[in-house]
Amino acid sequence: MSQKYALIGLVALAAVAGAAKADPVDDTLVINDEIEMITVAPAPDHLKDVFDVVRSGWLYRETETRDMQRDDFENPAMLHVEAAAAVWSTPEGTEGKSCASCHNDPESMAGVRPTMPKVNPNNGELWALEQYVNACRTERMGAEAWKWDSQDMRDMTALISSVSRGLPMNVAIDGPAAPFWEKGKEIYYTRYGQLELSCANCHEDNNGRYIRADHLSQGQTNGFPVYRFRTTNLVSMHNRFKGCIRDTRGEPFEIGSPEFVALELYVASRGQGLSVEGPAVRQ
Amino acid sequence: MIRGMLGLLVGCSLAGAALAETAPADMKVGENGEVAASLTGAPGNAAEGRKVFSSRSAGNCVACHAVSEMAHDVQFHGDVGPSLDGVADRWNEAELRGIVTNAKKIFEGTVMPAFYKTTGYVRPGDAFTTKPAAEPLPPLLTAQQIEDVVAYLMTLKE
Ligand code: HEC
Ligand code: HEC
Repeated sequence: MSQKYALIGLVALAAVAGAAKADPVDDTLVINDEIEMITVAPAPDHLKDVFDVVRSGWLYRETETRDMQRDDFENPAMLHVEAAAAVWSTPEGTEGKSCASCHNDPESMAGVRPTMPKVNPNNGELWALEQYVNACRTERMGAEAWKWDSQDMRDMTALISSVSRGLPMNVAIDGPAAPFWEKGKEIYYTRYGQLELSCANCHEDNNGRYIRADHLSQGQTNGFPVYRFRTTNLVSMHNRFKGCIRDTRGEPFEIGSPEFVALELYVASRGQGLSVEGPAVRQ
Repeated sequence: MIRGMLGLLVGCSLAGAALAETAPADMKVGENGEVAASLTGAPGNAAEGRKVFSSRSAGNCVACHAVSEMAHDVQFHGDVGPSLDGVADRWNEAELRGIVTNAKKIFEGTVMPAFYKTTGYVRPGDAFTTKPAAEPLPPLLTAQQIEDVVAYLMTLKE
């Protein structure tokens, strides 16, 4: 009998050791030896009963992946940022204007990414960065809207994120944003698909653990769009959401749908205080 | 006499159908979530169950559970669920069948999926295609696969 308990004790110890190995690393991220990143922040008030601190997905990745993000010459996403910088100053559409005609340098966009998505005061809708970009294209340039998940759009959102790197995520969740935030929260805790898994089941209850070969992070969005080795390209936030719901054997919402924009707001609010890292590098 | 024989014949074919399998909705679930009767009416095959357990396209149980016995030939055991070493010392066959068919009846709110259930989902998809699927869905594992997995779990003794 006592032997059996001793055995069970051993098994429990082994399990704890296994879990410890899977914990996020203790490491600091400084990009280009210059931009200091906040990768661990005190949990925002609305998450205090769940987490003490929130952590960037960067801390859950392997050493080589983390290192690539430290230096823009190593970060493959920066090629996409460069491509977008060229588009930034290229006139397009019936008005003969480029982004630069109204906004000068891309650096003028510093501070935009941390507040996205936000309610558009003109129509009361919650809009993501992609929608603001397209409003400029269609209304001010007389150009065609880009598709949400197109290469042009992913490149441009990477450029706009890149100039906010280091700034803390800071989305508004009160006032006109409140109902959207509530809706996003409801989606976050709904168990979708035939596997009946919610975002929270994986990223709240089990972050730090492995699901098969995948090391689960808190599912933060501060690194988006992210460069993924798996696709050797930028991946938009909504595409990631879609993939996560697909993996529950579920039917995801559409990329660019009001549901996903609401979810985007709620998930962003779970990462308040973490530095914008976009474009981050992921496996 | 002829009637009696007919009766016997019908009886036989019914028994045949029952032997074939118990549908998810017809499963007799005990008070504590256990399922006493084999879903196929026959014992499962542990070697087949081992494959179901470890295969990504079948049970993929190893996504969440480690088993030391398969460490040498199956890569990447998850740790979302407990290690299943010695699980047959902790649970009997009926309980294990209950856990695999619908773990939610035994562990309230668990993240472990119900592997023998066809309805009651939110936005179910057609496998991993992202396309919607209408209920009733085929269960994640067939009756035979469930029995095979249960037979495999029954070998995990310490
Ligand atoms: C079946 C488990 C599972 C579910 C359910 C799930 N995810 Fe994920 N998610 C993953 C895995 C695995 C990854 C890749 C590793 C990581 O960063 O956690 C990931 C990555 C992410 C990332 C990227 C994080 C980064 O830093 O690159 C975000 C954002 C995310 N998930 C959000 C969500 C949201 C929102 C939901 C619900 C709609 C959700 N996930 C549901 C498994 C899941
Ligand atoms: C998404 C994760 C997940 C998957 C997939 C999964 N399980 Fe589980 N399983 C769990 C968790 C978590 C528990 C612990 C119960 C709890 O508290 O939620 C568990 C408990 C169990 C137990 C009881 C273990 C004990 O020692 O008490 C058995 C047996 C089991 N699972 C078998 C299986 C089999 C067989 C499969 C595949 C056909 C499977 N599981 C797939 C997460 C999972």
